[in-house]
Amino acid sequence: MQPETAGTDAIRVDNLRFAWPGHPPVLDIERFTLHRGEKLFLRGPSGSGKSTLLGLIAGVLSPETGTVDVLGNDMATLSAAKRDRVRADHLGVIFQMFNLVPYLSVTGNVTLPLHFSPARRAKVGKDAEGEARRLLGRLGLTNETLLGRRVSDLSVGQQQRVAAARALMGGPDIVIADEPTSALDADARDRFIELLSEEAGRTGAALLFVSHDASLARLFDRAVDLSEINKAGVSA
Amino acid sequence: MKALFALAWKSLLNRRASVLLTLLAVALSVALFLGVDKARTGAREGFGHTISGTDLIIGAPTGSVNLLLYSVFRMGNATAEISWPTYQELATRDDIAWTVPISLGDSHRGFRVMGTNHAYFEHYQYGRGQSLRFAKGVEMDDLFDAVIGADVARELGYDIGTPLVLSHGLGKADFGSGHENRPFRVVGILAPTGTPVDRTVIVSLEAITAIHVGWETGAKNPLSDSITEDMIRSFNLTPKTITAVYAGLKRKGTILRTRREINTNKGEPLMAIIPGEALAELWSVTAMAERALLAVSIFVIAVGVVSILTSILTSLNERRREMSILRAVGARPGHIFGLLTLEAGLIGFLGALLGILIVHVLILIAGPMVMQRYGISLGGTGPGMTDLLTLLAVTGASLLAGAIPAWAAFRRSLADGLSVKL
Ligand SMILES: Nc1ncnc2c1ncn2[C@@H]1O[C@H](COP(=O)(O)OP(=O)(O)OP(=O)(O)O)[C@@H](O)[C@H]1O
Ligand SMILES: [Mg+2]
Repeated sequence: MQPETAGTDAIRVDNLRFAWPGHPPVLDIERFTLHRGEKLFLRGPSGSGKSTLLGLIAGVLSPETGTVDVLGNDMATLSAAKRDRVRADHLGVIFQMFNLVPYLSVTGNVTLPLHFSPARRAKVGKDAEGEARRLLGRLGLTNETLLGRRVSDLSVGQQQRVAAARALMGGPDIVIADEPTSALDADARDRFIELLSEEAGRTGAALLFVSHDASLARLFDRAVDLSEINKAGVSA
Repeated sequence: MKALFALAWKSLLNRRASVLLTLLAVALSVALFLGVDKARTGAREGFGHTISGTDLIIGAPTGSVNLLLYSVFRMGNATAEISWPTYQELATRDDIAWTVPISLGDSHRGFRVMGTNHAYFEHYQYGRGQSLRFAKGVEMDDLFDAVIGADVARELGYDIGTPLVLSHGLGKADFGSGHENRPFRVVGILAPTGTPVDRTVIVSLEAITAIHVGWETGAKNPLSDSITEDMIRSFNLTPKTITAVYAGLKRKGTILRTRREINTNKGEPLMAIIPGEALAELWSVTAMAERALLAVSIFVIAVGVVSILTSILTSLNERRREMSILRAVGARPGHIFGLLTLEAGLIGFLGALLGILIVHVLILIAGPMVMQRYGISLGGTGPGMTDLLTLLAVTGASLLAGAIPAWAAFRRSLADGLSVKL
């Protein structure tokens, strides 16, 4: 269905310019890439446009000019519906906080992406709940009673791990994480990143991990500083 | 679609307290609307079923609605009467097949007393051409025999043989004006008809004259109490006047001509009405009020639907995060739109359903009482087409109303990107 690519880049951004309506440009990036299976750390101060870049990659936003190639699909020229499809089929997203839909159970949250992607549904097969439990187990959430709890009753660390399981559900090619650990203490943070990297490695997903905390760079294959590649450089 | 439905359902459950209140608002508004409608159609059917098979009703000139109301529904009073000779002229007309003379104006413990003759039991029909049926006993034969309607028997606890005292005039508190020396006796009890007949005491025309012996001047003659039963029987009790006449024609085709001839009667002025026509006139009078009432209840429904809109719109801000999560896992803006319209539609649907349930439970409880008191059947036949149409209309309106917050969320989900600043 989608133009399959044989390229080695999971994400390739060229000559990208973006401005929020009525604001000066936030992003002006000549080149940014994420290789398939790579674990990349993207660093940048607050307000530098990290989340905005992720929105462009996820196809929720469209650039003014330039290309945003995700697995061979140019998100800049695709229709909105096709961008949504690429995101549903190939991306897993983890936010900084409040990742979970409050009225769904833990497993309901983890299996949520399957509702919007037949491709991922097919990959997981019939036993979606079982797969969700397996993923949660690998991420250290094994306690059965924990799975029955309201998601708002979970600790922040637990919530982030549920979000990670959801991002990995159905084996997406890319997982993007927008400061998922900023609300966690140092131990929980490192443990979370380890588990996430491990699971991403197991499924072969590329990981694009965003944070303003430069000290995390050591946990990744490669690190990129957004302020270095972004010519729009914000003073904020 | 199924997944979206499940999401909408769970989201509603999650906010059940506020959703329940909104749902209740819709339910009550729908119940009000259907209640008004059922009372209206019930009244029409009830009235429409009260008389059938009678071609013309003839009385002294008055409003046609007035004549219909007092001659059939025992509401209000006749302003004038027809003389007996004029009645006899009518009864012997070539184009008239049968006549039923009736005489009203008296009461027994709050129930109207009607004087008539055998023709009444033979020709009066209600509903879809049903004739009167005796639950017990027979027609009156003797001067002091009375036949009572089903409600009279039940409410007063009368049975065959029960003596009763008929008084002149109307009103429940008729002590003092009662004629203790003119005791009647129940000889027949009619089966229930769901019409004012159930609340009527039927006696012979002669009996009506007998009740009035001693009242010729309009006030009670002090000597009247000394008149014995035997003396009364010896009087000429042929009525001098009657209140109205039900008539059946030999050929239906002549109805307009017959009516015109009666209305332009040379001697005593008369008025003939066609029951269906007079009813239609009555409904045209009440239609204004009905329409106003329906309009009000439709507005109340609109308020209910708007409250759905409001409740969803106000929840949007706190659900902004949820929307961006849904977007992140691959939901299209159309999904967001669909989710919110579905939620609104579900509230509308369930609210309307609850409203229908409330109305029917109320009818089940209050129906027999209304029937007994007003002779109006509240469509106790269970849910019908009106209910279904109301359900569909309210659901449709709710979906439409839901489109407004859905559109707002749709636009916002496009503008927010992935990062909602909270
Ligand atoms: N929805 C929006 N509408 C308008 N401007 C926005 C919007 N989201 C972000 N911005 C602006 O774009 C710029 C970049 O914001 P962005 O959220 O991408 O930064 P960030 O690097 O993710 O920061 P942080 O580390 O605080 O998350 C900021 O100046 C911000 O005010
Ligand atoms: Mg950010």
